[in-house]
Amino acid sequence: MNLTTGGAGPGTGPLTDPVTGLVPAPVPGPVEGTAPDPPYDYPGYRSTRLRAPKRPLLPLPQGETERRGPLFGESSVDPADSDLTIGGTGAPIGERIIVSGRVTGSTGRPVRRQLVEIWQANAAGRYRHGTDNHDAPLDPNFTGAGRCLTDDDGRYRFVSIRPGEYPWANHQNAWRPAHIHFSVFGTNFAERLVTQMYFPGDPLLALDPMFQSVRDRRAAELLVARFDLAGTVEHWALGYVFDIVVGGRGQTPADGPTAL
Amino acid sequence: MPTGTSPPTLTPSQTAGPFVSIGTEWDATGQAVPDGTPGVVYVEGHVLDGLGQPVTDAMLEFWQADPDGRFPPESVFASWTGFTRALTGQDGSYRLVTLKPGPVPGPAGEAQAPHIDVSIFARGLLQRLVTRIYFSDEEELNSSDPVLAGLGGPSLVSRLVAIRQPGRQPGGPARASTFRFDIRLQGDQETVFFAPW
Ligand SMILES: [Fe+2]
Repeated sequence: MNLTTGGAGPGTGPLTDPVTGLVPAPVPGPVEGTAPDPPYDYPGYRSTRLRAPKRPLLPLPQGETERRGPLFGESSVDPADSDLTIGGTGAPIGERIIVSGRVTGSTGRPVRRQLVEIWQANAAGRYRHGTDNHDAPLDPNFTGAGRCLTDDDGRYRFVSIRPGEYPWANHQNAWRPAHIHFSVFGTNFAERLVTQMYFPGDPLLALDPMFQSVRDRRAAELLVARFDLAGTVEHWALGYVFDIVVGGRGQTPADGPTAL
Repeated sequence: MPTGTSPPTLTPSQTAGPFVSIGTEWDATGQAVPDGTPGVVYVEGHVLDGLGQPVTDAMLEFWQADPDGRFPPESVFASWTGFTRALTGQDGSYRLVTLKPGPVPGPAGEAQAPHIDVSIFARGLLQRLVTRIYFSDEEELNSSDPVLAGLGGPSLVSRLVAIRQPGRQPGGPARASTFRFDIRLQGDQETVFFAPW
């Protein structure tokens, strides 16, 4: 995909470290109307350098394997798996949140009875993972993983704690905005999606290469959950809504594989 | 590429990141069937980056038909889901325990050679990568497979064909076959990746 450099849209800043003024990598401005997904090769995200394929993707005509997808049943999940705050012997530290939403296809059809998985850092910004060396405490009462099945209307709901921001080695003084990793299965192989949910108003979004790798500003905004007063439980937890739309990427002819 | 002014509706992809195992290891046995199931085959290999270094933090998903070429719920194989996952190890290796799929219909009903669709998720991949595993002992079906035929040459075809290893799997059931399939994200032997959408 050929990205042209455009002007910065509303709410975007250059990928400049606010303290050092360093620009870690050239980043083109957002582009209207580009494919929703980020390019594989995105210099602002350093790990793409040795991992992004160099050859263009080839089209894969939709045969039976692609028209079908894994089916998950009730036996795949325990209802308790959707509450990330009850796995320990006490309550995890942090601000309790409720994240809910709907998984649909691009026509609005609900994705029914399919698996939604999440993983996240704890309130201090630390993952329970052997390679996370961030100098922040683990929480014995928080594993940071959850899963559930959507209902017949495509809805899901998790109870968790608000994840902390955390530093990473991508560039000098780099920090990830608060986020929750999401994995969803659509109704067929082509609709498989792994993404990240962000929180509204986070000042780190403008500095985050992962968020900024979505070149279409309006598409990127779909990654930001909205505060949900109706889903907020008084005296207990703030609610956020994160709807997810899955679909064959680039189903329209103009949007073919070369647009990736 | 500009595609008009209608607002985007699809949720964009983001990388699974280095800690994908936290959310997925509960289901990452690498076993589409229990080891020892009659007819079991192993597919083994490494995921390598542009320097040939092991990718130690990838999550692979395998999706395939059963030996009759059927998917759930039509499959008659006991508890066949057609799906499993594997996390790569410290040497970038993975191992899939499965049954060999049968031929399945392509878009127009034409036969496609037995294949496994693979999704690769990892730090540094802003979207998943998709490839296919074909089998070296299916020469005849491979030679008429429309996807392999469309790749543009034997060098590319060979990157999608898992090679049957000689001999028996030590300690494995009699006649169990092991196939070798490496995934190279870059380089002159870069794996063929598809846009399955
Ligand atoms: Fe993360």
